[in-house]
Amino acid sequence: MEDKLILGGHEFTSRFILGSGKYNINLIKAAVEQGGAQIITLALRRANTQQSESILDHIPEGVTLLPNTSGARNADEAVRIARLSRAMGCGDFVKVEIMHDAKYLLPDNYETVRATETLAAEGFVVLPYMYPDLNIARDLQSAGAAAVMPLAAPIGSNKGLATKDFIQILIDEIDLPVIVDAGIGRPSQACEAMEMGAAAVMANTAIATAGDVPAMAGAFRQAVEAGRTAYITGMGRVLARGGSASDPLTGFLR
Amino acid sequence: MADINEENSVYFVDSDELPPAALERKHRLETDPSSRTNHMEYLPGMEIIDSDVKDLVLKAVDKYDYNSYTARDVENALSKENCSVEDFKALLSPAAAPYLEQMARKAERITAEHFGNTVYIFTPVYIANYCQNYCVYCGFNCYNNIRRKRLSFEEIEHEMQVIAKTGMEEILMLTGESRKYSDVEYIGEAVKIAKKYFRNIGIEIYPVNTDEYRYLHECGVDYVTVFQETYNTEKYETLHLMGHKRVWPYRFDSQERALNAGMRGAGFSALLGLDDFRKDALATALHVYHLNRRYPHAELSLSCPRLRPIINNEKINPRDVGEKELCQVLCAYRIFLPFAGITVSSRESRQFRDGIAKICATKVSAGVSTGIGDHEEKYTGSQEDDAGDEQFEINDSRTFRSMYDDMERGGLQPVLNDYIYV
Repeated sequence: MEDKLILGGHEFTSRFILGSGKYNINLIKAAVEQGGAQIITLALRRANTQQSESILDHIPEGVTLLPNTSGARNADEAVRIARLSRAMGCGDFVKVEIMHDAKYLLPDNYETVRATETLAAEGFVVLPYMYPDLNIARDLQSAGAAAVMPLAAPIGSNKGLATKDFIQILIDEIDLPVIVDAGIGRPSQACEAMEMGAAAVMANTAIATAGDVPAMAGAFRQAVEAGRTAYITGMGRVLARGGSASDPLTGFLR
Repeated sequence: MADINEENSVYFVDSDELPPAALERKHRLETDPSSRTNHMEYLPGMEIIDSDVKDLVLKAVDKYDYNSYTARDVENALSKENCSVEDFKALLSPAAAPYLEQMARKAERITAEHFGNTVYIFTPVYIANYCQNYCVYCGFNCYNNIRRKRLSFEEIEHEMQVIAKTGMEEILMLTGESRKYSDVEYIGEAVKIAKKYFRNIGIEIYPVNTDEYRYLHECGVDYVTVFQETYNTEKYETLHLMGHKRVWPYRFDSQERALNAGMRGAGFSALLGLDDFRKDALATALHVYHLNRRYPHAELSLSCPRLRPIINNEKINPRDVGEKELCQVLCAYRIFLPFAGITVSSRESRQFRDGIAKICATKVSAGVSTGIGDHEEKYTGSQEDDAGDEQFEINDSRTFRSMYDDMERGGLQPVLNDYIYV
């Protein structure tokens, strides 16, 4: 059976979502290819350009665009940006990003639920970027989100799975795909997220700041695939402490 | 304070064209403190907001003894993940000078995490150079004999077209500080014209009240920059001898009024070289730090101008702020305020700007003229007979295109627009 990621009725075989920010747009094509990415995020505020610099020209055909609403400080602004994105021909997918914190760029969960409600009702495939909070994830599901995108650590921090335990709770309790987004700094961390049961991993800064952008995208592809295979296969048990006694204490029981 | 005036005398230049009465007034302002108004007192019409940021900044700067920091403090600061205010003070101190390379490496990493390898390019446009202030170091000061001009709306439209044609998408609109000759409505109309050609508009004009910032925001402005020049109020008094600009606290609260009015971002700066640059750098960064805590959504940025020569006074220079000192300040800014934008203007040399953009600057200007209405001359070589004179002499005169190419060659990705007006 083929292992597919399904978002709002759309099927994908790749579980690695590539970001397009913070690096030379001429490298996007190679990064998509080596990363095997079928979904690429882009900040609409970067696409909204007059000249030849438009990032849209650099994204290979057949790749699904996931425009984000970065720059929005509340639900109303996010909704406006999403509508603009659709009008610009960027499709129905939208990653809701609402921040009014310039320092850590942490998402505003409350406003995110509000925007998700409006946009899902308008037929968008809504992927909300969120702080991993179970109650909010449930609200997002009720609001019509196609997935939830909890952060592993602050955007750009490369700190890895700082919110690991809470992401695990979402994976265990939420029926939507859980896509780990933000803060993933290395392929090993992406692999770990996939082993936990994440549906996909999204990375940007880790790749953008690598010495060789396309090669790092390739490394992430392998890590995500390895983690996914491990998750599906079911990993061997790990004992918290001690070994497994060959002469068990309860051996006397008949 | 006779000694301060002696130090300031480098700035004093008398024009032959001034009528005797004006010259006499100028000399009195320069030499007799009692002829000057109280610089800490608001003038009628100036809005007073409830804010404790001024006091916090002034208190911290007052207590700052940068000679008390040691190499150990600097090493401590460099080894930490998060830079505290105390760490920042150490990084600004003379003890940090031998650690410049390490500071630069740390700053480079932090910049990459927050901004990737991008660099924004913008251009400033001066639309008027009338000024009603006597700030002794500034080319626009009302006693300086320069050609004055205020662009008509047709001329503004033309300037915008000339600049937009290069591909630039972000513009900073500037005026001299004169409510009389460049009133808020005039600036608002100019912004509406600019909005037709540019994606992102900032202003650097005289400070105004919240309702006026709100009006300008509705016209299309999203970014307000106000340079405090120096945070030493006593020194400020001896440099800004006359006019609205003399009122130090009203100027200090500008960014807060602008943010309250709905502006998206605000820019800050001291003019390094006017006073003790370490104290002014501390004050500028703390100004940003405290406003970030109160307005966490705001996009805040820092500039780092040093003094430059002006028309009729070639002697003005950045004094003890050499390029190494400037680099130290900028690296310290970056380490302390990882999220803040850092703009490096054409006051600095080409080499410096190319180098600093790789370490910590996030924004550079290009195609710069600080004169009025002379972009066409600059861009095409055609002469504009009645252009207004410039505010200061620039150093790096690269065009937009050559700046773009140089940044790209340096491994950076030039970004022209990262903005949606919402």
